[in-house]
Amino acid sequence: MRDFIEETHAQFTRWMLHLRREPFSLAFNLLNPVILLVFMGSAFQGIARGSLGGDYRSYLLPGILALTAFGNSMAGGIPLLFDRENGSLMRLMSAPISRASIILSRFLAVNVSTMLQSLLILVLGIAFGVRIATGLGGVLALLGVGLLLGFGITAISLMLAFRFENHGDFFAVIGLTSLPLTFLSSAFVPLDSLPAWMRAIALVNPMTYAIDAMRALILTGWNPQALATMMAVLVAFDAVMLWLGSRVIGRHLG
Amino acid sequence: MARNMITVRMSSPLVRIDGLKKSFGDVVALDGISLQAQAGKIFGLLGPNGAGKSTTVKILAGLIAADSGSVEIAGRDVSREPAAARAAIGYVPQEVTVDPYLTAREHLDFYASLYHLPVSVRETRIREALALVGLVGQEKRRARRLSGGTKKKLDLACGLLHRPPVILLDEPSLGLDVQVRHDVWNHVLELKRQGAAIFLCTNYMDEAERLCDEIAIIDRGRIVAQGAPEELKGRLNRDIVAVEVAGSNHHQADSAAALERALAGLSIVREARREGTRLKVYVEGHEAALPQIVETAARAGIPVHSITYSRPGLDEVFLHYAGRAFSEEANSA
Repeated sequence: MRDFIEETHAQFTRWMLHLRREPFSLAFNLLNPVILLVFMGSAFQGIARGSLGGDYRSYLLPGILALTAFGNSMAGGIPLLFDRENGSLMRLMSAPISRASIILSRFLAVNVSTMLQSLLILVLGIAFGVRIATGLGGVLALLGVGLLLGFGITAISLMLAFRFENHGDFFAVIGLTSLPLTFLSSAFVPLDSLPAWMRAIALVNPMTYAIDAMRALILTGWNPQALATMMAVLVAFDAVMLWLGSRVIGRHLG
Repeated sequence: MARNMITVRMSSPLVRIDGLKKSFGDVVALDGISLQAQAGKIFGLLGPNGAGKSTTVKILAGLIAADSGSVEIAGRDVSREPAAARAAIGYVPQEVTVDPYLTAREHLDFYASLYHLPVSVRETRIREALALVGLVGQEKRRARRLSGGTKKKLDLACGLLHRPPVILLDEPSLGLDVQVRHDVWNHVLELKRQGAAIFLCTNYMDEAERLCDEIAIIDRGRIVAQGAPEELKGRLNRDIVAVEVAGSNHHQADSAAALERALAGLSIVREARREGTRLKVYVEGHEAALPQIVETAARAGIPVHSITYSRPGLDEVFLHYAGRAFSEEANSA
């Protein structure tokens, strides 16, 4: 156990050094969320005030937090794919270390990064006038919901890192999923106002449940029912993805 | 497993491969190879690209599983006791695997942790490794800013921290410039002096000749010859006399052909190959060949421009055992 912790810690430290020294990758993931928050938030503020009866930026912020968590988690496997491509992973595996430490360290690093990015987006939202109904406790809860969404997505991404043979395909998948799936959720408009086919997809999209719970935390207050639904869906989603991920990755790392 | 304990069962060779086979789909990568590497010796696996070298070293490093046959590192079977076998190796892959965002020092800290070096020896080991590869003073530079050769040296240092009894080097001087290549060779020789068993894959003849105490020539998944470099060359029992004929251009080729015919009668000549105006004569290994060839040429009235006598190189050994030139295979791979 002591060995496992030391191995995981060493690899986690490496990923944290990357995070600190590679600020552009952070900026890359934050680009879409920031554009949406600043421009879409401002552009639709007037129209939305009439139909939603409130501040559109506050309405939008949960969707943007979900997009941030989704995008960062979905990209989380890329460094492992790079390690596979350039032989570093082989080298790492020639050391007598636990294979699980390779995955766990990356998993932890991705979620620390998700948390930091979500915090940045929250601060930006607050700077643009968003008020969080549940206060400081709500800020922590919002970060928690982002992580719950991120766990399952990170598991998918780590799986993909072992399925894809080059990072070009991986980037394509991220581009083709994160923004479309955000639109196919309750991120920008209420579920009821979506056309039926979009609503059908939104209902099986885990982002919808994260967004609904976050929206309650920002707009109205502690809503046990929204939180319970979110917990049930996301915990089940995470459990399935983590189980699937450990099987797929286990086959590759043997 | 006890922390950082590498127990070596002495008496036995540090690397023992027996009847190793591996196929990828229909492609047979290794077709039953057996070999052994000893402490304090450099064992070289020499062969063209695609001969099975990297497959062998990856099986030794526990990265891919063999189809059949047994592989032991320091007395530990790699499939039955993978962790113990891995703890006994330092594997330096063909690719440069340093992380561009980390400093040289951070790389060493990283591997020191992965191998669970006790805190008490960590600093000393890191200093030793840095000194061995001449990286002292560059610890704080990020790998991104190091030259290609320095990155390779850092890679090597990372594989040595835990003082493995077996060091696996896959093409250690691939793509390095001459100076760095010689540096790396010196580091490898120093490791040998310190008592490690070094298992080296290479497709450079000069590297194998310069470093290895024993060489196995591998071709299409089989070991075709094995022994000390001198022994392998000696076993061929033929030296090479290269004769360049003189004269004007269109006469030269004729002269070379005439000389080839004249030499065919000599008992010491095993074989002659004509390469344009140059005749490569394989002779039984003794110096008497030289005067005999000169005399034969003089008697036939063939003008000789130059004549050189050389011992066979490993490329001749490869040619002899694999039935074709090493470079042909390397180029077509």
